[in-house]
Amino acid sequence: MSGVRTLPPLAAYALALGDDALILAQRLGEWVAHAPQIEEDVALANIALDLLGQARTLLSYAGAVEGAGRDEDDLAYLRDDRDFRNVQLVEIPNGDFAITMARLLAFSAYQYELYTALLGSGDDTLAGLAGKAVKEVAYHRDHATQWVLRLGDGTELSHARMQAGLDQVWPYTEELFDPTSQLPGVAVDPATLRPAWDSYVTSVLSQATLHKPEPRWRSRGGRDGLHTEYLGHLLAEMQHLHRSHPGATW
Amino acid sequence: MSGKAGDELNPAPDPAALLAAARAVPDPELPVLTLGDLGVIRDLRVAGDGAVEVDLTPTYTGCPATAVIADDVRDALRRVSGYQIRVRVRTVLAPAWTTDWMSEPGRRKLREYGIAPPGPAAHAAVGGPVQLAFSVRCPHCGSPDTREVSHFGSTPCKALWTCRSCTEPFDSFKAI
Repeated sequence: MSGVRTLPPLAAYALALGDDALILAQRLGEWVAHAPQIEEDVALANIALDLLGQARTLLSYAGAVEGAGRDEDDLAYLRDDRDFRNVQLVEIPNGDFAITMARLLAFSAYQYELYTALLGSGDDTLAGLAGKAVKEVAYHRDHATQWVLRLGDGTELSHARMQAGLDQVWPYTEELFDPTSQLPGVAVDPATLRPAWDSYVTSVLSQATLHKPEPRWRSRGGRDGLHTEYLGHLLAEMQHLHRSHPGATW
Repeated sequence: MSGKAGDELNPAPDPAALLAAARAVPDPELPVLTLGDLGVIRDLRVAGDGAVEVDLTPTYTGCPATAVIADDVRDALRRVSGYQIRVRVRTVLAPAWTTDWMSEPGRRKLREYGIAPPGPAAHAAVGGPVQLAFSVRCPHCGSPDTREVSHFGSTPCKALWTCRSCTEPFDSFKAI
């Protein structure tokens, strides 16, 4: 498939947000039947399903705006890793449960602010999706918050592991606030989401007796198609069936 | 138009009858509820080209039942108006679906089915944490002495609860 550098800015924007949701949905799906308890299998699958629904709307919209006849499936299954525009935060492996929850806290807190801001977008599709998605993401954020509080303010072991999870994930959070398409009145400048995000996560971490990591490096490049080696493996699993049986439906 | 033989077999569709038929379709996941009870059929009109357009709003963006619902609506409308009818189901995201649109009969039917109906959604408005301030009554024994086991249940729209009085687990429809 052709690269996405030539996409109209609105399509590129929808694709970036859609790829974030799609890739994290795929990662969270890996937990099913492996989570610490059955309720957590169900919870993570539900969160993944919400994200997949958001991704479907965003990828379909990106394809429609591009106008080259690509639908949501073409975009999800027939692009290679360099054509994905998600931040690296969503593609790194699940790790242990603490790493998964640290990432979910960071990402859902970001998505919550993003969709809240997009409610005022001049684009009806983005604003309409935001109105639905912000209600879903409020549950995701609350779920991650409850776990971070419980593990952080739990036993010595759970505290140490939760802190280690945060330390592992935090270098990837900076990328969430890097610039995306410049579409005033339509897209949200991610940098403007930073203060509210900071204030939310800082308050959760402080209640959880955890300290906010101060990473000495940060990830870069996901929005330009530069990814970790992990994304290729994730895509191989996600895309294998579709590519092996082109056009198959059920 | 009335002179043509086919018109008696396929009269112009009556939007009110079609809307009633669409709203009477059972939800595929919760067959005790109709789509009308859920409030997901937002509008129906006969378009300029003669096709029937139905506006459907999903409960959750990722709800897998949405595609099945669209198919069921198409079938129901064809049963009412004949199989010549063309149906377009449009997914409408705004205004976002809220459980406040669920009908009173729908709430009663849910309770009788063993699912606690949603409380008012206004308190879960954007801008604050998810509040669960209202006690959820056990649909089995009616006791308010219940607790949430998990925010998430067997479908996106439900949470898992348990009753301290009768010790039975039950699903609770999330207020959104």
